[in-house]
Amino acid sequence: MDGTLAVFNRALVSYRRLWQASVFSSFILPVLFVLSIGIGVGGYISDVGGVSYLDWIVPGVLASTAFQMAVGESTFPVLGDFKWVRGFHAMRATPVRIADMISGYQLYIVFRVLIASVVFLGVSALFGAIHSPWVVLTPFVCALLGVAVSAPTSAFAATIENDSYFALLFRFLVIPSTLFAGVFFPVSQLPELLRPLAYASPLWHAVELCRAATLGVAPPWPVAAHVAYLLAWAGLGYLLALRAFRRRLSD
Amino acid sequence: MVTTYAVARVARGNRLSPARVGAVINRNVGALRSGPAYWLVLASGFFEPVLYLLSIGVGVGALVGDLTLTDGEVLPYANFVAPAMLAVSAMSGALAETTFNFFFKFKYVKTYDAMLATPLRPMEIAAGELTWAMIRGSLYTGAFLIVMVALGLTTPGWALLAFPATWLVGLAFGAVGMAVSTFIRGWQDFDLISTGQFALFLFSGTFSPVQDYPLPVEILIAATPLYHAVELIRGITTGMLTWSMLGNVAYLLVMLAVGLYVASRRLTSVLCR
Amino acid sequence: MIYARGLVKRFGDFTAVDGIDLEVAPGEAFGFLGPNGAGKSSTMRMIGCVSTPTAGELRILGMDPVREGPAIRARLGVCPQTDNLDPDLTVFENLTTYARYFGIPRAEGRRRATELLEFVQLTEKSGSTVDPLSGGMKRRLSIARAMINEPDLVLLDEPTTGLDPQARHLLWERLFRLKQRGVTLVLTTHYMDEAEQLCDRLVVMDAGKIVAEGSPRHLIETYSTREVVELRFGDDAPATYVEKLAGIGERLDPLPDRLLLYSADGDAAVNEVHRRGFTPSSVLVRRSTLEDVFLILTGRTLVD
Repeated sequence: MDGTLAVFNRALVSYRRLWQASVFSSFILPVLFVLSIGIGVGGYISDVGGVSYLDWIVPGVLASTAFQMAVGESTFPVLGDFKWVRGFHAMRATPVRIADMISGYQLYIVFRVLIASVVFLGVSALFGAIHSPWVVLTPFVCALLGVAVSAPTSAFAATIENDSYFALLFRFLVIPSTLFAGVFFPVSQLPELLRPLAYASPLWHAVELCRAATLGVAPPWPVAAHVAYLLAWAGLGYLLALRAFRRRLSD
Repeated sequence: MVTTYAVARVARGNRLSPARVGAVINRNVGALRSGPAYWLVLASGFFEPVLYLLSIGVGVGALVGDLTLTDGEVLPYANFVAPAMLAVSAMSGALAETTFNFFFKFKYVKTYDAMLATPLRPMEIAAGELTWAMIRGSLYTGAFLIVMVALGLTTPGWALLAFPATWLVGLAFGAVGMAVSTFIRGWQDFDLISTGQFALFLFSGTFSPVQDYPLPVEILIAATPLYHAVELIRGITTGMLTWSMLGNVAYLLVMLAVGLYVASRRLTSVLCR
Repeated sequence: MIYARGLVKRFGDFTAVDGIDLEVAPGEAFGFLGPNGAGKSSTMRMIGCVSTPTAGELRILGMDPVREGPAIRARLGVCPQTDNLDPDLTVFENLTTYARYFGIPRAEGRRRATELLEFVQLTEKSGSTVDPLSGGMKRRLSIARAMINEPDLVLLDEPTTGLDPQARHLLWERLFRLKQRGVTLVLTTHYMDEAEQLCDRLVVMDAGKIVAEGSPRHLIETYSTREVVELRFGDDAPATYVEKLAGIGERLDPLPDRLLLYSADGDAAVNEVHRRGFTPSSVLVRRSTLEDVFLILTGRTLVD
């Protein structure tokens, strides 16, 4: 546990130094999205399933911000700590265990996602897009989503040598997920054949949970099923990361 | 080709060698081919705007239905969004190559140090990079236009006319990008560039007509470059030609000229420090 | 502190370390000397518990590095071959965040960081980030970082490679002070002067094996002669003189530009050369160094 906290501490010390650089992607960008699509395009949409388009899109943008942040923070920073900075190698020479490196970094992801979601919710409330007290749960949904995607992404980052693979990860998985997993329009509009792809994305489950919470309605699947799916990604991703880190750090 | 010619005209009296410009392009082709998953990386650049088109244009478009523009014209939403995505694709392709990649190669890989030790001159490097950006960008915009025709978002005839318009957009942004890159101090400036680029992407009449915004905002947007690119290309692909499009073309030409002028003035001092 | 018997490390078909035996006692300064690729770094990584031995027995501080890695690493200080300092953090933060990896409380970590920066003479750089530091400063910071847990055993992998002479001497002086404090030092190097300066005892490694072991003095006495004569013969190839000078000294070693003559008494050997009627264009009589031992043992062929 000490080791995990030490790794978390290191990420925090770095973040304190670099947080300005992330202000745009974590705080301003999602708000611009809501303004442009939610209000701009929303002006031409009467309603989605009985709610205004702005109200409908806000929880989606909330979850997709967490999603992109968690993936982004687990690509270059993780590869860099193996390849250029060699921070993981430095930790390896201390009593810190490999499991600590992963848990400590996941703790940092949770921290980042929690802050970003709370700020975004604050802005959304000003737009009047929050309709239920259940909204207090959404930061935790986002944190769970963060771990669910950050853990396997860290495993991937620990496996590769060349960072061009990240471009592929973003273009073939992250961007399609953001665009088609129910953030901007209901998955039911997708051709029936493609819908399972959206359901497979952890983002869709988090979007639906967040949407249910901000609107005060029931999600499409039982809450437990959505949560279990995200937990499965987090757990499996953690194991994969453990294996990948172990391989990379031994010899 | 087009770029080399345009750059050559600005750098009057200091004629560029097409062979040396070609050598710069050749290096880029080689670098791309030696990276992993070469075809995937190349192809993925094309998918991004198509995915945006399908998600926002078709997906959100189904919620929007038809768009009634201020002049009374009625347009399916996808037809409205598609040309904007095309303009954005031309812009970001040119900017990525001339700002981010240029800086990276200049500062970290020291590609240009090696090139400048040969008979290559700074403007030849710039011309090579810009031409390369255009070749790569044309592949993407050409493919995107084919998709638009296939989805019935424009006609083959208008698509053929829109293709050279995307070159103009790419060249204008590429030239400005190159000028901007001579001022870049470090990575922190890329946050500024991407912030600006993203704000343009969201608010240049890409997803909803600028006439919806309050008048001061509308005027502000009309001063920014992507707006003119979107207006020009949208006018062509929807077949709604207006005289104001000449203004859009003029704006982009001025960007191109000013960008090249500034780049040619500053490049030597920046590269040959 | 370290005990190894028949230690082997293989990477696929390649055998990096080929059955070595060694023992390091507390308070000793122990060196691994060898050309690149001799297996020094692989051995160091096994001692640092970050690489698992393929075969053989290894005990560090009386513990098993495979099962008790974290407990051993808690008492080790490691200064790696390539610096892995944190570029985003300040010099001071580099030490305090590293202290946390050892579970050292915040206040105590700050106290030790201050003290260690003093020790490696980086106090005035405390608030600077790592990037602008010179190579020598980074190395000193790495060494300070390796000392943060007050280790019983410090591992230094090529501590002065790539540094200028001033920086090397400053570093040696600091390492010598550590040795005086009773810290056990284990280092790898391919610099003879460094090994002579710092090591009480060393092993020479070549192609994964230990080819010689002992104190620097002992190695010179065993594998070389007391003195070496360097002879140059104008434009003639030194090799042509090997036969003509046969029998003088204990060994003749022709290099492209000069002939090395190993002898217990250099002056007597020079007299003998003159007596046989040869007049070298230059003559240098010097004491034998570790470098001679090293070249005799590992040969002159380039490894990589």
